[in-house]
Amino acid sequence: MSSRAKPPAVADAVKDASQIRQKEMIARHFDRLAAAPQTGERCAYTFVPGNLTELLLSFDLLPVLPEINSLQSAMRGKSAEYISIAEKLGHSEDVCTYVKSDIGMLRSGNIGPTGQRLPNPDILLLSYTGCFTFMKWFELLREEYRCPVVMLHVPYQADGHITDSMRRYVVDQIRTQVIPQLERVSGRAYDEDRLKQCLTLSAQAEDDLVWVLQSAKGVPSPIDAYFGAVYYVGPIFSSFRGTTDAVAYYRELRAEIAERVRLGKGPVTPDGDMDGERFRVVVEGPPNWTSFRQFWKMFSDLGAVSVASTYSKVGGMYDLGYRHDPSNPLETMADYCLGCYTNLNLPTRIDLLTRYLDEYKADGFLINSIKSCNSFSAGQLHILREVESRSGKPGGFIESDLVDPRYFSAANIRNRLESYFQMLDQRRAGGAA
Amino acid sequence: MRYTVGIDLGSTTTKAVVLGEHGRVMGRGITNSRSNYDTACQIALGEALTNARFSLMAGELAAAGVAAETVRRQVAGLERRFRAEQYRSQLRVLASELRRFAGRLLSASRGIGSALETIVASMEAEVDSLYSEGARRKSDFFRDLAGSRYLQLAEQQAAAEGVAFDTLASLFDKAILDVENSADAAGGFQEHARAAVAGWDGAAKELPAAVERIVSLELEQIGSVGTGYGRQRLPFPEGQIRSEILCHGLGAHALFPGTRTVLDIGGQDTKAIQVDGEGIVTSFQMNDRCAAGCGRYLGYIADEMSLGLHELGPLACASTAPVRINSTCTVFAGAELRERLSLGEKREDILAGLHRAIILRAMSLLARSGGVKSEFTFTGGVAKNPAAVGALRTLVTEHYGEVRLNISDDSIFTGALGAALFALRSATPADAPI
Repeated sequence: MSSRAKPPAVADAVKDASQIRQKEMIARHFDRLAAAPQTGERCAYTFVPGNLTELLLSFDLLPVLPEINSLQSAMRGKSAEYISIAEKLGHSEDVCTYVKSDIGMLRSGNIGPTGQRLPNPDILLLSYTGCFTFMKWFELLREEYRCPVVMLHVPYQADGHITDSMRRYVVDQIRTQVIPQLERVSGRAYDEDRLKQCLTLSAQAEDDLVWVLQSAKGVPSPIDAYFGAVYYVGPIFSSFRGTTDAVAYYRELRAEIAERVRLGKGPVTPDGDMDGERFRVVVEGPPNWTSFRQFWKMFSDLGAVSVASTYSKVGGMYDLGYRHDPSNPLETMADYCLGCYTNLNLPTRIDLLTRYLDEYKADGFLINSIKSCNSFSAGQLHILREVESRSGKPGGFIESDLVDPRYFSAANIRNRLESYFQMLDQRRAGGAA
Repeated sequence: MRYTVGIDLGSTTTKAVVLGEHGRVMGRGITNSRSNYDTACQIALGEALTNARFSLMAGELAAAGVAAETVRRQVAGLERRFRAEQYRSQLRVLASELRRFAGRLLSASRGIGSALETIVASMEAEVDSLYSEGARRKSDFFRDLAGSRYLQLAEQQAAAEGVAFDTLASLFDKAILDVENSADAAGGFQEHARAAVAGWDGAAKELPAAVERIVSLELEQIGSVGTGYGRQRLPFPEGQIRSEILCHGLGAHALFPGTRTVLDIGGQDTKAIQVDGEGIVTSFQMNDRCAAGCGRYLGYIADEMSLGLHELGPLACASTAPVRINSTCTVFAGAELRERLSLGEKREDILAGLHRAIILRAMSLLARSGGVKSEFTFTGGVAKNPAAVGALRTLVTEHYGEVRLNISDDSIFTGALGAALFALRSATPADAPI
C-alpha cells in the first residue's frame, strides 16, 4: 500500500522488478486521476475493506482510497499538519486519525501521494464492513464534495459465519442500490461479462498473493508478513484487483519470493536483506505509519520477522480459501464483503491468530493497539489473554496510532519490544539466558 | 574476591548490586547523580563495593571472635566515621570547585568570595554532628545533603554580604557536577577507611587489622549486566544488557521465591509482570502512551508542597477522610492540589487521594497483565511509600481477595539484583550453583 512512500536512499538502492512495476502502476493510476477533469474520466472514493473494485472497473470508474491516501500522507510526513487542520475545523483529538488526515489533505488542495491533485469524487461508495467510522467519514466527505453516496450495508458476522440471508441481503443491495447508482454516475449500463472478466483476473492474482503470504511458513521466512506485506498487498487492496496489471505484478512477485526461498534468503527490509531470523511473530493490528521504517527497524534489528499478520488481510481473507468467483459475480462480491477482517467477531479473530501461531511456527504474537481505531482496538486485551491461553505462546502489547505522530513514543515502544523479545529468549532458554 | 554486578540505570536513581560468586548479595549502592550515565554507574558501583567491603569487614570481625552485637556496633560506628570522611573530602572538592567558578564570574565581588568561605567553613564544622550516632540525615546523597545546607547558608550569606542569592545558587549547580564527575579526587575506600579507624577511641582492638585486610582485598569483576531506561547508554556491550522487565521479574523471584506477580512503580514507568516458579517472565504490561501515575508524579507533588519525597507517604497516612481524585496526570496534579487546598481540604487527605489515584492506575495495568496472583511482590522506589502500599493492599484485596504481599526493604534494588543474577549466570557455567 505504500510503494509510493519515499524512504531515504537505502531502499532505492536495489529494487526488485516487482517493486518497480508496482511503482509504475501507481504512477499511471494517479496520472489518470490527475487528468480526470480534462479527460472526463469519473472516479469513486471507497474503502479498502469490502471494496468493489471489479464492479467499479467494469463501469470504467477510477477508484480512490482515502485510507491509503491518509497513510501515504503519514509516510510523507504530512499527516501532523493535516490532522491539525482537521482539529482546527473542530474534529476532536479522539477521532480516527485517518479521517482527520484525509480532511486536512482535502482542505490543503487534495494533493495525493504522488504530489498530483486528486479529482473530486463523482460518487462515494460506502461499503460498511464493521467500521462505524466509515459512515461518519463519508458523511463528512459528502458535505465537502456535495456528491452522491451509495451505501452498501454489510451485516456483521456476529455469530462467526455467513448465512444465506446475509448474502441475499448484500446481493440485493448491490443489485438494487449500488449498480443503478454506478450506472447513473458513469453513464454506462451494467456489463456482467466485463465484471466476470475482472473477477477472473482477481482470482488469479489472489492465488499468487496467497502463495507469497504463505511462503512465510518456511524457516527462515523469505518475507516479512507485516511490514513487508504492506507493500505486497498494495495493488490488490487498492485500485488494481481485477486488472492484468495486478496479475502480472503478483506473478512476478511470486517468482521473486520463490527465488528467495530457493536461495534460503530472509526478508527484504528497508536496509537490505535480513539474515539471521531469531524470532518469528504474528502481529495483530495496523502498523504505525508516521514512523513506519523506524518501527520496522526495531523488529529487524532484533532479528524479529513477522510471519503472519491480520492487517495484511484487511483487504480480503484470501488465505482462508476465499477467491472471487466469476460464475456468481454478485454473490462472490457479497461473500468478499462479508468475510472482511474488520467484519469478523472476536472469537473468529482469536481462532485466526491462534491458528497463525501454530501454522507459521511463531514464537509469540504482538498486538499494536491503535489509539484512534476503535474498530481494531476494542477487545484486543481480551484477544491477548485468550490467544495466550489457547496457544501457550506469549503475547506482547504495544500502543501507538495510525497517522498521528504524537502517539508514537519511540523510546517506550523500543523498550517494550526489547523486553518482549528478551522474554521470548529467556523462555526459550528455560531461564538460562 | 570475584564478584558480578548488576546496574539499574533508572530515571531517578542509579542502583548497583554486587554479588559474590555464590550469588550472595555482598553490597548495594545507589546514587541520584544526574551528571552522566557513566558517572552514575561508577558512583553506584563504587557505593556497592564500599557496602560490600563493610559486610566483608563484619565477617572478618566475627571470624576474629568478636561478639555479634559488638560487630554490629563496630561496623556501624566505622561506617559513620567513614561516611563523615567521605563527606568531608567531597566537601573539599566542592569548596575548590566553588572557588574556581567564583573566580570566573564576570562581575565577581569581594562579597561572593567571603560568602563562599563562610558557607564552606560552616559546612565543614558541621560534618561530625551530621554523622554523629543517632543523627538524622534527610538523604544519603551528597548532592541532597550538601545542596540543602548550602542553599540555607547561602540565603543567610546573601543577605549578610549583600550579594545575589541566585549567583551563589548557580555556583553550587555548576560545582556539584564536577564533584560527581571527579569521584577520584574525593578519595577512595582505602583512604577513608584508614582515616575512619585512625583516632577512633571506640575502635575494638581487632578493627584496625580487619580494616587493613579488607582494604588490601582485591575485588575482581567477572561479569556485569545493565538494565533500566538508560541501559543503551551503559558502558556495557550489548550482550550484557537486559530489559528491566526481565530483571525485575528475576530480582523479585530472588527476594521472594514464591512471587508470581510483580508490580514495579518506577520514576517514569509502571510495570506489571507475571513470572513463573523460576522467575521467568510469562507476560507483562507497561504504561507507554502516557506516564501518568508513575513515581515522578509523587516527586512533582512533593515539589509542589515543598516536602521531601519520603515525607509524602507518612503525611498521607495521617489522613482520616481521603479526597477522591481521579486524574493521574502529573501536569494536572499541581492544579488539582492547589484547588483542593484552596477549598480548605487537608493536606493529608489530598495526599491520600493522590496516592490512591496512582495505585488505581497500577491496578489497571495489573489487570491487563493477567491479574494479581499470590505471592505478589511490590518493587521500585514507590514501594517504600507507606501510603502507596496501604492503598495497594486495600485495592488488591478488594479485587483479588487475600493475597500475600511482599515488600523488601531493598525493593529499590530489585532490578539491579536481577541484572546481577543474569551477570552471574553468564559468568558461571550453567550447572554451577547460583
